[in-house]
Amino acid sequence: MQNLQLLLQAPVFNVQLLLDGMFIGAIFALAAIGMALVWGVMNIINVAQGEFVMLGGFVTLMLVEAGFHPLLGIPAAAVVLFVLGWALYRAVIWRIVDGDMFISLLATFGISIMMQQLMNEIFGADVRTVESGLGVWFLFDGMVTVTQVKVAAFFLSIVIGLLLWLFLKNARLGQAIRATAQNARAARILGVDTDRVYAVTYAINAALCGAAGALVVMAWSIHPYMGLPYTLRSFMIVIVAGLGNLASVIAAGLGLGMAEQYAGFLLGAEFQLAFVFLLLVAVLVGRQITLARKRQYLK
Amino acid sequence: MRNRSSLIVLFLLIAAGLAGPWVAPAHLSQFSQLWLFMVLALSWDLMGGQTGYNSFGNIVFFGIGMYASAIVQVGLVYPVAEYTAAKGGGTEFVFSAEQLHAGLALGIPFGGLMAMLAAIVFGALLLGMRGHYFAIATLGLAVAAGELAAGWNYIGAGSGMVAPTPPDTVDSVRLIYFLSWGVAAVALLFYHWLLSTRFRMAINAIRDDEDKAEALGHFTVRNKMTAWAISAFFTGLAGAVYGNLSRFIDPIDIAFSPEIGVWMILMAILGGKGTFWGPVIGTIVFFVAKELFWTYLLGWQRVALGALIVIIVVFFPEGIVGWVKSRWPRLFTSPGKGDAGEAERDREAAHA
Repeated sequence: MQNLQLLLQAPVFNVQLLLDGMFIGAIFALAAIGMALVWGVMNIINVAQGEFVMLGGFVTLMLVEAGFHPLLGIPAAAVVLFVLGWALYRAVIWRIVDGDMFISLLATFGISIMMQQLMNEIFGADVRTVESGLGVWFLFDGMVTVTQVKVAAFFLSIVIGLLLWLFLKNARLGQAIRATAQNARAARILGVDTDRVYAVTYAINAALCGAAGALVVMAWSIHPYMGLPYTLRSFMIVIVAGLGNLASVIAAGLGLGMAEQYAGFLLGAEFQLAFVFLLLVAVLVGRQITLARKRQYLK
Repeated sequence: MRNRSSLIVLFLLIAAGLAGPWVAPAHLSQFSQLWLFMVLALSWDLMGGQTGYNSFGNIVFFGIGMYASAIVQVGLVYPVAEYTAAKGGGTEFVFSAEQLHAGLALGIPFGGLMAMLAAIVFGALLLGMRGHYFAIATLGLAVAAGELAAGWNYIGAGSGMVAPTPPDTVDSVRLIYFLSWGVAAVALLFYHWLLSTRFRMAINAIRDDEDKAEALGHFTVRNKMTAWAISAFFTGLAGAVYGNLSRFIDPIDIAFSPEIGVWMILMAILGGKGTFWGPVIGTIVFFVAKELFWTYLLGWQRVALGALIVIIVVFFPEGIVGWVKSRWPRLFTSPGKGDAGEAERDREAAHA
């Protein structure tokens, strides 16, 4: 509990933790928005979510190694992952949309294993990062350091989330997506091509994760096995925030980011991931208890 | 398959295993693994296939059994903390044949019991959840357990723990083979018996419609808990033996390995979940495929395994036994009255 005393004696460290948590939390929120979209529209929990983030990072890495500016990686990763998501839907996902939930869990789990191992074979298991070329701000006499790329990542993920929201609200296709989410059968009767809507939804989800991955590789680092924690974080955020509300997804994402930073600082970095996973179990158990108390169906 | 002929085939399978050391002395450790995997797949199926609770976290019990057994085996002779601090200790920490045997005799059942205890604790927390919430919660538990074990110094933290090294006088490969075979034989016979009792119908009722089962007066919570505890006990036993088979216990790559956690599900589904012979056949087929991948696709074997998961789950979800059943339904119906075969046929008719 040495670190707790440190926090109390030098409150300025709190600022550092809160800021770091906020920056990474926005990325979690971005991946979680994608998961909520796929979950709400297609009734699939995409376990390959974290792997899309990882792939987005590797796309950016390849671009930078080819000599492009890292910021170009964000749209590039989004486009590449959009195409990949579309292809995955046409190859595999369409077969499991109406099926058993466990089949879709396991199938996307298989996809995630395949992607991890593929990237491990191609790029090796090392931790990689990309130099963004942006500077560092020092606050409070250098007690708090803020890398500008993290700030940029934070605002960009908020902007991407808002753009998605506008798209869903106003665009014709966005309306079709929402209609399908409400009632796929009725949407089909009214002339919505639900198969295409599903394909677009899955591809948009992949693109969102790809953009998040591009931000992750610039501001933090990536490696082939980073995916599962991102998936579970997204799942946790969606459970806490619900499927339909963008603002609460972002709030939950930021909250999780901060909680995680504190846990990593207080318990030691080696227990940070364990904290995330146990928090997931705790959130699920808590949800369970509240539902049971309200005598609701536990589905 | 009719119950008696099924039992005869089972006895033949177990008896064939007894001949292993003389038939394939060079591949004994692979065959030990095969027996243990069979136990894992059957145990997973008791929850996933029979009770309808698809757990992604049965690997927790595997790891708990493995560590609990290793701690007992070492702790009988040396202080565990010193042993793990010395990284398995080489020359200092020597085990005599008697110490090894005593450790195994106590450690393996202890591993199973600890896993069972863990299942009861986790079950109280998790078994109220349904469907994908249960699946994801157990997945979270499994990865959390790996991370915690990798941070706990007493059991060697991230650098793992070494099971006691057998002295040269013991033919350890053969010993471990017979242990694996023994655990598998007990598990196979027990599950075969369990799946012929009314307990199977009770847990199948939970799978088919839990609310209705409860409304009909079934003790669903007790039945789920019992099924999970049994499943965990055998998974823990298998883990305890597996720790001695691989000798080195790595928290994330072996004990709480997500890979083995997926394999046990895959083996059950490949063979056909919700049947006794499905996981058994699935394990054998999967094992052959895995060995072939490891031999001929070196480097890409794990990619191929991921692809295999997708293919099996998407295109072949009913498994080998399920396919045979829909092809030759006569094989599975018996002229007798009210046995498991008939119940199954009725269920299928109701589904159709």
